[in-house]
Amino acid sequence: MNRYVIIGGGVAAVGCIEGIRKADTEGSITLISGEKKTVYCRPLISYYLQGKTDFEKMKYRSDEFYEKNNCKLVYDTAVSIDKDAKTVTVSSGEKIPYDKLCVATGSSPFVPPFTGLDNVSAKFSFMTEDDAAEIEKAVDENSRVLIVGAGLIGLKCAEGLCGRVKSITVCDLAERVLSSILDEPCAKLMQNVLEENGISFMLGDSAEKFDADKAYMKSGAVVDFDVLILAVGVRANVSLVKEIGGETERGIIIDEKMKTSVEDIYAVGDCSQGVNALTGQKNVLALLPNAVMQGETAGQNMAGADTVFDKGVPMNAIGFFGYHALTAGIYEGEMTEEKTDDSVKRLFVKDNRLVGFMLLGDIERAGIYTSLIREKTPLDTIDAEAIKISPSLLPFSLKYRKIKLGGSKS
Amino acid sequence: MKRVYVNEEWCLGCHLCEYNCAFANSGLSDMVKALKDKEIYPRIHVEEDNKIKYAVSCRHCDDPLCVKSCIAGAITKDENGTVKIDTDKCVHCYTCILVCPVGAVSHNENGAAMKCELCLENSCGSPACASGCPNKAIVYEERE
Repeated sequence: MNRYVIIGGGVAAVGCIEGIRKADTEGSITLISGEKKTVYCRPLISYYLQGKTDFEKMKYRSDEFYEKNNCKLVYDTAVSIDKDAKTVTVSSGEKIPYDKLCVATGSSPFVPPFTGLDNVSAKFSFMTEDDAAEIEKAVDENSRVLIVGAGLIGLKCAEGLCGRVKSITVCDLAERVLSSILDEPCAKLMQNVLEENGISFMLGDSAEKFDADKAYMKSGAVVDFDVLILAVGVRANVSLVKEIGGETERGIIIDEKMKTSVEDIYAVGDCSQGVNALTGQKNVLALLPNAVMQGETAGQNMAGADTVFDKGVPMNAIGFFGYHALTAGIYEGEMTEEKTDDSVKRLFVKDNRLVGFMLLGDIERAGIYTSLIREKTPLDTIDAEAIKISPSLLPFSLKYRKIKLGGSKS
Repeated sequence: MKRVYVNEEWCLGCHLCEYNCAFANSGLSDMVKALKDKEIYPRIHVEEDNKIKYAVSCRHCDDPLCVKSCIAGAITKDENGTVKIDTDKCVHCYTCILVCPVGAVSHNENGAAMKCELCLENSCGSPACASGCPNKAIVYEERE
């Protein structure tokens, strides 16, 4: 009987458990989780601050999930892996033996070494339920909040706190918001939405030095604050694998079967660096859907199946105050744009393929574009001009529609 | 499993499926009260150009991307194969809209993600789009 061990208790681990159980209902599964709670939806912590959900609703799986899948929970921190003895040591000293190991350790907030940061008592990261609960306790209607970082995490935190505090200022060294997923014009549009809702920005500027309640900015400006939120970025938790000689870069390097360079050790989710289907290069694609699918693939392979996940592409759905941006792929090649007063669509075509898009405002049926990217559909096999105007199944062949809608096999 | 299938060549483009769907999911017993002078949010939509017409609704995929992608754990596939959305858990992020390869997910009047759930839990008991289609362009049957 196989002994499976998973380090990490997030959604990638859930994928892994479900993958293992697809192929093996007998083997034992042990899950080691440093966060002493069952799996929840981390991207929902901003919705928690908004009052749109609660910790009960944020559970990603039912409380019975682990029992139903015959999975033993160990609430402890994994401190090392012994690849020769094939054991994981946890902080209590216990050694947990494995035949197949999945590392799903996620990422940790990156905090740059700002001068004087130790002087700030009310400072938080924004990644876990505990972070959200602590921030909630620290703020009131008189709080002036400074958020360092105008990426997905910082801005969702800003939205979550909007209306609960006196003021919110977001600064970022980048010249635009959401610089990893939006280009300049689209970022400007989203920034306008955030500003209309009372959030202030200091872009192209960042904190250099802190006092207890003051940030001294590069530009010379001084920002007074009561609560500081650090959302500069995250770093993949690679150390357990790196320490035993496993190949790591920004993340733990994995192949399309989710195997690391170390025998019988797999890695999935935000800690891993797997192939980006669009470029062939290996990137950390820290996205929930990828984590789940990688986890499932690893689980199946750990249990003896032979399956790959080779459709990892960057993609994001993000909205603020009811205004939504859906993006996917890479922004290379020829760009076509359509605009209305409150929407923008930018499509990127390269070598007869759709390789990327940004949709703001009008996001209907965006998945048809995502599917073209994931499936690498040659655009000359469909009516490319029609699909650029509007995503639907009309530009596809009758045969394709018969497969998708008519139950036809080929 | 039984699914809603489309016979494209028989679609008249009458959009009755959209109205029947919106009515079936309105919770009301009177179609006029449910639909008249209201913006409707059907879970099926007709796509058409000069030559082609057909209806699109959730395929209840064997390996559904929406289920795996939902950041709220709000979309599940039940033991019968029906893919369902828990609108109470949904946070309106629209990742499901981002990934659905046929464009079958939209949102309801409150912003929650919405798609065909085969009328199994409303008063119809089987898909209203199919039973109301005048030309059998939409059928609910086993085809595997």
